[in-house]
Amino acid sequence: MPNGSTLTQLSYLAAAFLFIVGLKRMSSPVTAVSGVRWAGVGMLLATIATLVFMGAPATNLVLVVIAIASGGALAWVSGKRVAMTDMPQMIALYNGMGGGAAAAIAAVQLYRGGEPGIVHVTIAAVGGFIGSVSFSGSLIAFAKLQGLITKSVRFAGQRLLNLAVLVITLGLGIAMVSAHPAGPLVISLFFVFALVLGIAMTLPIGGADMPVVISLYNALTGLAVGFEGFVLDNAAMIIAGTVVGAAGTLLTQLMAKAMNRSLANVLFSNFGEGAAAGAGAITGTQKAIEASDAGVMLAFSQKVIVVPGYGMAVAQAQHKVWELCQLLIEHGVTVRFAIHPVAGRMPGHMNVLLAEAGVPYELIADLDEINAEFDTADVALIIGANDVVNPDARANRASPIYGMPILNADKAKNVIVVKRGQGQGFSGIDNALFVLDQTRMLYGDAQAAMSQLIQAVKAAG
Amino acid sequence: MIDGVIALYIFMLAAFTGYEVISRVPVILHTPLMSGSNFVHGIVLVGAMVALGTADNTLVRVIGFIGVMLAAGNAVGGYVVTERMLRMFVTAGRKKGQG
Repeated sequence: MPNGSTLTQLSYLAAAFLFIVGLKRMSSPVTAVSGVRWAGVGMLLATIATLVFMGAPATNLVLVVIAIASGGALAWVSGKRVAMTDMPQMIALYNGMGGGAAAAIAAVQLYRGGEPGIVHVTIAAVGGFIGSVSFSGSLIAFAKLQGLITKSVRFAGQRLLNLAVLVITLGLGIAMVSAHPAGPLVISLFFVFALVLGIAMTLPIGGADMPVVISLYNALTGLAVGFEGFVLDNAAMIIAGTVVGAAGTLLTQLMAKAMNRSLANVLFSNFGEGAAAGAGAITGTQKAIEASDAGVMLAFSQKVIVVPGYGMAVAQAQHKVWELCQLLIEHGVTVRFAIHPVAGRMPGHMNVLLAEAGVPYELIADLDEINAEFDTADVALIIGANDVVNPDARANRASPIYGMPILNADKAKNVIVVKRGQGQGFSGIDNALFVLDQTRMLYGDAQAAMSQLIQAVKAAG
Repeated sequence: MIDGVIALYIFMLAAFTGYEVISRVPVILHTPLMSGSNFVHGIVLVGAMVALGTADNTLVRVIGFIGVMLAAGNAVGGYVVTERMLRMFVTAGRKKGQG
């Protein structure tokens, strides 16, 4: 009969196996749900085995159960209630919690002192540092996407200040490790400064860059978990943490690449400050169109390419968009959806929303597939997207987004832009597409505009 | 106990695994996948449980308690939102099959 410790180890082995199988199955839409369920089974196994076999004193066991129940219940309720459009900030929030947990493990190890080797103490500190930065940084990212913080805080000498905070944190870390067991004051200061660093790093980053930042923090939390797994001799944490760290790093690179920015650029460039200078280059006026005219134009098209963006997500217009498209399809119009890799707030954000509305996959195309098709489209219908269809990214070297791959909506015969007002997009850059001869602006909330278009198409047919 | 060098091997192989598994995921699943990997690092829960379980003074108990709460939030919340997102893809897939 194997003892409890062996059973726990076996449950960790099973969990690691199930996590990897789960992630693998998430690579196809058909098996994706079973993927997360397998991973869930792994998590449950590991948690139960740990609870049953760790042999903790009764008071601590009660505390463990209370903490799991309360933390889990809060997350369960919030996770069930959150609207699909708000998913990115919830992921940021849950990710921050993971980082915080890793930091807490590090804090426990460091405060406890004891006699572990210098390697263990160093790794605990590194994991604690990364986890703390991920924790406070993710919370700021959450607050920004949730609209709790609306401004990007920027001031002169900010980078210098951030660098100073980083140096102080590292200095405290080195002092703490070399003096181990260090006094509680040094340890506390180390964590405080690491938390401040996460806040200071994230505050100046604009909302458009948040997906990359959240992805980065996701990878960082993974790494922190991996490091703390090493400290605790916990193979499941080492494997799961490292797998996520590597996967998250790749995902972050893919996202940054889709925006044609390097990661360093996202983190340190204070994007958008230079935009005002380049913006003056755009001349021309935006030409408005009535919904009734736009509806007629759509109804009598051969082919319509829909480009959804964050505006669609904000207005929760995905169901109306699909209703309009079904109507057009009944009219014999060929409809396709063009998804830019960074449309919305995360890669795949638009796909999630369109899937929620019930749009079949085969109508949805990504950037490389669809760009050749704009030439043959009668209408490109832009719904709350802006920077991802700005032709300046192709043509205007002065533009801050020059070089970013975009959807070539300007190649379509007609362009209808559904937009709340005449203001600029998330990046604060004027959009050359909006003033082209073939472009008409349909001002209004995306959901209201879709309702009007549906009426107009019905009237036209 | 995991020997230092063995830990490095585990680290290296897990890093390759993570990279390979993700590199084949289509763009449309990137958000659910980020959410899924976010759930997977919720395994930090077992570490936090051990930290709290072996706590022997109030300070460590408080930090451990917060750690377990946060980790449980990471694991449960990560699972719930990932499952919700992915379930929509299944529904969309079925509609496609029927139509």
